Amino acid sequence: MINPKAYLTEKLFQDDIEKVPTRNGYGEGLVQAGEENTQVVVLCADLTESTRSEAFQKKFPERFIEVGVAEQNMASLAAGMALAGKIPFISSYATFSPGRNNEQIRTTIAINNVNVKIAGAHAGVSVGPDGATHQALEDIALMRVMPRMNVIYPCDALEAKKATLAAARMKGPVYLRFARAGTPQFTTEKTPFQIGKAEVFHEGKDVTIVACGPLVYEALLAAQQLEGEGISVEVINNHTIKPLDQNTILESVQKTKALVTVEEHQIAGGMGSAVVEMLAQRFPVPVEMVGIKDRFGESGEPSELWDAFELSCPHIMQAVQKVIKRKIA
Amino acid sequence: MKKEYSTKDLEKKANEIRQDIIRMLVKAGSGHSAGPLGMADVFTALYFNVLKHDSKRPDWEERDRLILSNGHICPVRYAAMAHAGYFPIQELDTFRKFGSRLQGHPERERLPGLETTSGPLGSGLSQASGIAYVGKHIDKTTWRVYCVMSDGEQEAGQTWEAAMFAGKNRLDNLCAIIDRNNIQIDGFTEDVMPLESLKAKYEAFNWHVLEVDGHNIEGIVDACNQAKAIHQKPTVFICHTIPGKGVSFMENDFKWHGAPPGVSNMPGEPAKEDQVGIALKELRTLQGKIISEHE
Ligand SMILES: Cc1ncc(C[n+]2csc(CCOP(=O)(O)OP(=O)(O)O)c2C)c(N)n1
Ligand SMILES: [Mg+2]
Repeated sequence: MINPKAYLTEKLFQDDIEKVPTRNGYGEGLVQAGEENTQVVVLCADLTESTRSEAFQKKFPERFIEVGVAEQNMASLAAGMALAGKIPFISSYATFSPGRNNEQIRTTIAINNVNVKIAGAHAGVSVGPDGATHQALEDIALMRVMPRMNVIYPCDALEAKKATLAAARMKGPVYLRFARAGTPQFTTEKTPFQIGKAEVFHEGKDVTIVACGPLVYEALLAAQQLEGEGISVEVINNHTIKPLDQNTILESVQKTKALVTVEEHQIAGGMGSAVVEMLAQRFPVPVEMVGIKDRFGESGEPSELWDAFELSCPHIMQAVQKVIKRKIA
Repeated sequence: MKKEYSTKDLEKKANEIRQDIIRMLVKAGSGHSAGPLGMADVFTALYFNVLKHDSKRPDWEERDRLILSNGHICPVRYAAMAHAGYFPIQELDTFRKFGSRLQGHPERERLPGLETTSGPLGSGLSQASGIAYVGKHIDKTTWRVYCVMSDGEQEAGQTWEAAMFAGKNRLDNLCAIIDRNNIQIDGFTEDVMPLESLKAKYEAFNWHVLEVDGHNIEGIVDACNQAKAIHQKPTVFICHTIPGKGVSFMENDFKWHGAPPGVSNMPGEPAKEDQVGIALKELRTLQGKIISEHE
């Protein structure tokens, strides 16, 4: 059953649910963050329109800095601006930032412990036709193993906006992960969002699904269909991969005693790994992991790739059925 | 044996390649227009005159190596390779589609003849320099290395790390070709991040620099021959091109960097339904200079 306290849209399972890319929420969040705090500055490396930094550039041209195709420079320029008191957001594609500029982020942002926010757009295979080089599938792993880094992966555009604002309001380095393709807008203004607090979107007792990003919606579809088959599934939107909300996840898994993790990222080192590392120490249960299985992406249409890489609703349903069998055995 | 092409043949070939670029972009529904159209003459000169290569033996040890650093202009490389016999021209229709060998950005593991994988900008010159170093200093080979780059990626620090290495190591078997089309995504390069004087910069890094007209095929071939005669220095062409060359509404307009024709209505551009027809007609008629019997 949908958790009424999640305040998800009434259109949740309707075909005409609006589809919006999460990067749009980043763009809107930046503008509001800029209005709230004059210290917010935005840097971009020749991707102003597609990272949706454009709205901020138009509104606050004096606080927008174009650095050219130079992501490594951008990370450390931002570190410098943070040392000078600003709250810089750096915008690019996730493969380049935090991919290419990883060491600059490590030393000049994280070890330095400065207030820089890293926005990685075009994460996941759903980038589509651009192919493997542009589909970030390792960025969560890169960022979540970095001390001091906070890692947030919103499930839809509205949550992306809330996450951007929350990142601006908190002190310290944050990685925000966004997608290119339009995905269902299913949370509402009233849906709770707090960094470090996972939310139960669908209540159940047989299996827990912990998901993040736009695939949370696919997990909800799976939960709804499985309910029809008599399987009661709890779905947790784990938007903050670090710091991990251990209590919410633990509480659910202690009840269901089986776990499926779902993410558009390598299984190795991703959100699911973070959850499983924690549970292995505190409450081991059978686990199935939905994610990218140690391969690179490729060209194709987003939904076609979700299917080909076995990430969408039917594959989540299969994982649930599999984990239930293991639970009984 | 290698076929000799006249300049006229090559110009015709470049035009066919441009038309194929438009067709592949339309089929794909996404991809980059400006860079590929701008570089069609260079790729024609390379594949049909300059390069020592054999389309039937893509891993022939003696071949010249062509590294494409700015991978997003791959439509021009794919089209040139198809015309040169690496694969059937029909396969161009699969560009950017699921399962295709012609990925949105080139992947060497998928298509023989590509030499390397690119898309993320700024790493081509390093790879080309690594290959050239082996050729010149370790294995003492006769083949040459060509590296096509964009002007936008001159902003990437790695480009200059490689330039310094190639200069230090006197890689005279390396010829870099910069697509100096003055555009990138966010605008004109000189607004986004000024690059001039590119010539003085490369000279300061111990390179031989030639300014080349990127739409004069004979001139491109001549420059490649000249570069062969330069000793103890790598050569770079600052290759002046018109982005979107051959399609008037795309020329010199950075909006067409990453947009295909026929997909969206843009202010000041022909309606999307008309874009493809206009583009192909302009290419067929050399922007109205010739009138074919079929018009
Ligand atoms: C490292 C990296 N950063 C950003 C991008 C995104 N990007 C793709 S093309 C491009 C524009 C660069 O300008 P140029 O290559 O001169 O473009 P063109 O002349 O072909 O339009 C950018 C920023 C990228 N591919 N790689
Ligand atoms: Mg350019």
